[in-house]
Amino acid sequence: MNPVASQAANQAAVQTAIQEPDRKAEHLPPAPMPAVQMRTGGGFAAYMRKVWAVAAKDLRAELRGREVFSTMTVFSGLAVLIFGMAFDLRVPQAEMVVPGVLWVIILFAGVLGLNRSFGAEMDRATLPALLLAPVDRSAIYFGKVIANLLFTLGAAAVILVVMFFIFDTPLLQGWILLSTALGIVGFVAVGTIFAALTASVRARESLLPVLLLPVMVPVFMAGVACTAGILDGGGLEKIVTWLWVLVSFDVLFLLVAYLLFDLILEEV
Amino acid sequence: MGEQLIAVDAVHKRFGRKRVLSGVQLTVEQGQVVALLGANGAGKSTLMRIISGLAKPDRGDVVLGGVSLRQAGHELRRYIGLVTHAPLLYDNLNALDNLHFFARLYDMQEPAARIEAVLQAVDLWPRRRDPVRTFSRGMIQRLAIARSILHDPPVLLLDEPDTGLDPASAEKLAALIRTFGAANRAILLTTHNLERARTWADSVAFLEDGKIVFNKPSAGLREADLRRLVLEPSLPA
Amino acid sequence: MAATAVQKPGKVRLRGIDWLQLGFGIFALLMTAAVMWAALVYARPASNLAGDEQLAQRIFYIHMGCNIGAFAGFLLSVVGSVVYLIKRDLDWDRVSQAAIEAGLIFGMGTVVTGMFWAKPTWNTYWTWDPRLTTSTITVLVYIAYLLFRNGIDNRRTRARFGSIYAVLAFLSVPLTFFSARLFRSIHPVVFGSENPDAQGSFAIGADTMQQTLIFTIVSFCVLFSVLVILRWRQLRMEDNLAELREELA
Repeated sequence: MNPVASQAANQAAVQTAIQEPDRKAEHLPPAPMPAVQMRTGGGFAAYMRKVWAVAAKDLRAELRGREVFSTMTVFSGLAVLIFGMAFDLRVPQAEMVVPGVLWVIILFAGVLGLNRSFGAEMDRATLPALLLAPVDRSAIYFGKVIANLLFTLGAAAVILVVMFFIFDTPLLQGWILLSTALGIVGFVAVGTIFAALTASVRARESLLPVLLLPVMVPVFMAGVACTAGILDGGGLEKIVTWLWVLVSFDVLFLLVAYLLFDLILEEV
Repeated sequence: MGEQLIAVDAVHKRFGRKRVLSGVQLTVEQGQVVALLGANGAGKSTLMRIISGLAKPDRGDVVLGGVSLRQAGHELRRYIGLVTHAPLLYDNLNALDNLHFFARLYDMQEPAARIEAVLQAVDLWPRRRDPVRTFSRGMIQRLAIARSILHDPPVLLLDEPDTGLDPASAEKLAALIRTFGAANRAILLTTHNLERARTWADSVAFLEDGKIVFNKPSAGLREADLRRLVLEPSLPA
Repeated sequence: MAATAVQKPGKVRLRGIDWLQLGFGIFALLMTAAVMWAALVYARPASNLAGDEQLAQRIFYIHMGCNIGAFAGFLLSVVGSVVYLIKRDLDWDRVSQAAIEAGLIFGMGTVVTGMFWAKPTWNTYWTWDPRLTTSTITVLVYIAYLLFRNGIDNRRTRARFGSIYAVLAFLSVPLTFFSARLFRSIHPVVFGSENPDAQGSFAIGADTMQQTLIFTIVSFCVLFSVLVILRWRQLRMEDNLAELREELA
């Protein structure tokens, strides 16, 4: 059957069913309810509204529950301090290790957040609610990506500021911030799909980093190289190849994740 | 009666080598309430999940309002409201937030009035700003029912909706089901309470060995008939 | 239960295909022995190297053979994964798993022989050379694949999720290689352009070296096929056994 025709037919069927005249108020207890008006289909704008609905739900749940972001930031601050102490003993110039430390902490703090992204849905068995809604599966993915992106960027901001003080290094420069943000986009793009994969698996909390970190090696190397290049006094010309590595990583994995995400949630 | 809203056609489902459903045939018409009975593990929940599109049948098809689930896009899911064992609610969020979130997923316009109406209908309007985690089992179940009817679905699937409800709430649910059925919707519900199956539904079906072995209007049924059916399913009813 | 399927313990009857498998396995074994002889005795030493470096260069044949096996394994795994995701036939998932397990053996072989070669040549077991880095990261990626599968109980979910991971993991390998190469390189370049900075480079000069290399590649391909087919059949039996157990339970 032609998919477009079937889509149209199915929408028409839904519409007639929804506009079925209601014969209500024969039984008193539930008051007559206002008629429901839904937009069906709706193209890209509707898709984006649903993406944002998923993201906003995660952000609101975080605001109310404080499960994810607070843990990430506290962990990040602690990790900076512990690395600072560790290197204070043996490394003559702590600035030398700053790029590596920055990215190690971002990756580990990020994993903490990603674990909760689908883990929370699994623990409360709420995933079917998302799947029951007339929403393309990929909208769920992108909604989760946006929420995870905001959590991880927020944690990275905390890491950068704490490192700025503890290591006394000029980390808050435009190109460093840009490369960090680009790296985090790639990290979250892959991390969100891996979080969905591991959510229903035994020992998911320990499995996610094992799956994710080896795949993150290009992001890690590019992030470290960009930060080091700028800290060593270079400009855009020194890191431009690395920025392209990050951009291609982001685009490639967002695209592939978009194509594959349907398959993960096809049956839960 | 009206048009068939739910038509389950020869649905097979197996997990590994274990056959759960082998050729289920079942229809629910507009305005009809069908109660599905069966022992634990008979496949009632699996059938509900298949009709709602959460699981895929190995063979066979489900047709909702003339549209095949196999061929439909995700818009067909607007058709369906589902209550499962899990409440499908976010316990950090309050009742209003939960319903507003689902309203946005269904792309409802002006959802506020509708949300107020469904919350009033399940007596949760006064508690609308309390986080769901502070709710009792019965309240959560009522909110789950509110969630399932929020988008006014023509097909309503209730998997043991009466678990955890006190008798008063169960009465309320019965009234809701009657109103909903009267409004030309199709309702399929499962329950372990035989009396409720008989009184709430227009028709009672019995699932055993992966097939519907019994399907009769509840008008002529006595509870004793059902009891015998449940206890000794092999006897002809 | 079909009574005919029950066999007395200790009496295993081999069918024709089993004999074929056994013969193929023995053939691969003989070829591997021949590779050892060719690499250690038949091939002439590299003319531009001397002493320990010259002796160590002979590990190159095994190193290269392992590399081929690992590459074949990971390439086959992505093919198996993609076909599984399209056709949903568990046989293709078993291809994926068998290919990755065989690929892992060769991948670890690549890393270990690389380390032993690096010590006399670069004077260190470990260096962040791009190819060494990429091989090691790739091995870790696929060890993670096996751990991941192990955590999933439902057979079909295991196949589906494993395939999705295998596709994503495979895509990351070239990016890892490219990034590691941008970092730095002292790996000997054997084929193609000469890298003046690379230590331990040598040219495939003598005919015997070329013959040995080709023979090594062929026999490692044979060894790889034997292992994959054997493992594939074994996995198939395991799945059948698991289903039978489930049926009895």
